[in-house]
Amino acid sequence: MKHVVTSMNALTTTRRWKPWELALWALALASPLLLSRHALIINEIAIVTLFAVSLDIILGFTGIVSLGHAAFFGLGAYTAALFAKLVMPDPLVGMAVAIGVSTLLGAVCSMTIIRGSDLTRLMVTLGVGLILMELANKLDWLTGGADGLQGVVMGPVLGRFEFDLSGRTAAWYSISVLLVLFVLARRLVNSPFGATLKAIRDNRLRAMAIGIPVTQRLSVVYTVAAGMAGAAGALMAQTTGFASLDLFEFNRSADVLLVLVVGGTGWLYGGVAGAIVFKLMQDLISSITPQYWTFWIGLFLVVLVLVGRERLIRPWTWFPRFFGGPKA
Amino acid sequence: MLTILFDGIAYGMLLFILAVGLAVTMGLMNFINLAHGAFAMVGGYITVLLMQRVGVPFLVCLPLAFLGAALLGGILERTLYRPLYHKPHLDQVLFSIGLTFMAVASADYFIGSTQQIIQLPEWLKGRTELGEGAWRLGMGHYRLFIIAVCAALTVGLQFVLTKTRFGSRLRASVDDQRVAAGLGINVNVVFLSTFAMGSGLAGLGGALGAEVLGLDPTFALKFMIYFLIVVAVGGTSSISGPLLAALLLGIADVAGKYYIPKLGAFIVYCLMIAILLWRPQGLFVRKGGKS
Repeated sequence: MKHVVTSMNALTTTRRWKPWELALWALALASPLLLSRHALIINEIAIVTLFAVSLDIILGFTGIVSLGHAAFFGLGAYTAALFAKLVMPDPLVGMAVAIGVSTLLGAVCSMTIIRGSDLTRLMVTLGVGLILMELANKLDWLTGGADGLQGVVMGPVLGRFEFDLSGRTAAWYSISVLLVLFVLARRLVNSPFGATLKAIRDNRLRAMAIGIPVTQRLSVVYTVAAGMAGAAGALMAQTTGFASLDLFEFNRSADVLLVLVVGGTGWLYGGVAGAIVFKLMQDLISSITPQYWTFWIGLFLVVLVLVGRERLIRPWTWFPRFFGGPKA
Repeated sequence: MLTILFDGIAYGMLLFILAVGLAVTMGLMNFINLAHGAFAMVGGYITVLLMQRVGVPFLVCLPLAFLGAALLGGILERTLYRPLYHKPHLDQVLFSIGLTFMAVASADYFIGSTQQIIQLPEWLKGRTELGEGAWRLGMGHYRLFIIAVCAALTVGLQFVLTKTRFGSRLRASVDDQRVAAGLGINVNVVFLSTFAMGSGLAGLGGALGAEVLGLDPTFALKFMIYFLIVVAVGGTSSISGPLLAALLLGIADVAGKYYIPKLGAFIVYCLMIAILLWRPQGLFVRKGGKS
């Protein structure tokens, strides 16, 4: 009976934790120790990963194209920074508050993405991001305006681990938060709820016809993703002790889209893989040409779309004749 | 007050010329082209560079900007855009963002990140004032020139779209691409020429707007959002929709910045979201066309 693949089996195998996943997370948790000189970039990778995973839930699993995901990222960052500055410096409480606030905004904004075509959705998400950016810019008595929010001092994590200059605590903190939220996201997309999301992505009309409450699912998943993006933003603000207007920028939304597309959508580890590749690439290119690295990112995007991701990561399919592969 | 209205109209007309190409390509090919601002930027830089380095007069630069941007648009349509028409919207968005990033970085690299200044000819520099007190109307000659050019272009476009054979082919292709192809319309050629025209108009708009909007390498990204607003609000099925949307946006933006400078661009974005929530397909939707 062991080799019989029933439909039940097929559904549950994707849900089970595989050995390589456990190994990956063990490696991630060990990385600040193993590569202690690169703890800062490990921290950044963890943040970008969390951000990408949050976008993946709505883009890869539900099929909502959003250009304004940075709105929640920025809101989370500003909330965490302001909370630390004005109320109390404990990072975990700040994190909870930031997640709460961005979830709230997500719930409000989820009303805007239900109707309309892709273009309308694109514009509305973009518009929310721009409005928040304008707000952060104009409320300069609160947010520091264009100078950014400075002078944020974070307390130690759990009252014990101080944030140090080498960034090791920061990296561990970010990876732990990422791990917790990742496990939650993984449960979410593998649950029956997640299956209905995929049904909505693949065919909204049919999903509606078999009785899935499409509108409700869309708003719930958008709200959840907003909360996760807010957590990523909060990590950013807490580990750098700084929040600035560029957190809301259009570039950030575009970057995270790129991260996700590099790694692959509709697969939570796509965000992980994409974030690692993207951050290392950004680091490499900007060390060669600090000012013009957006050109290479742009070129990469164009090539990626024209060639197709599937073929780009399989170079042997480029010349089918030499390798005797099937002809197109 | 009338002055603000006047400036708003000039600004709106300019936005319309910049965005109309985008409206047509989006409606025609169902292609979300975020790189439209890059073509406008090309037009602007052609004008600025020709005037500064070669000394070509302003009026000669305008058609050259149109031709340059149209040529570039045509080449890119044929080589890069065409394979993407039937790809998902996400791919199109990524592709055109990539193009925009490349355009911004190249402009930065070759020309420099400083704001470019355009030297207007003497006869466009003045300002005429009419009326008294609250009803005083101050018209910058350059703004007047912009309104005249854009109005002429709008009338011309409307004529081409409604009265000529090319226009009816274009509208047929917009409504239903497959049936149009079945009727013997060479849809590819229609696409190519329309895309080139749209890019050319964007280039012309960029050239005209270099003085009003300012021209630096981030132009492509900064104004892309405005173009998209015009298209999203106005709808893509006619040119009167985007025209009204552009005028509305122009007036709201200028008036908002004048009366409530604290809120800045805020009003525009809120207005857009409100309108899109109210009518997700845009304000003016023609029935019967395929959306």
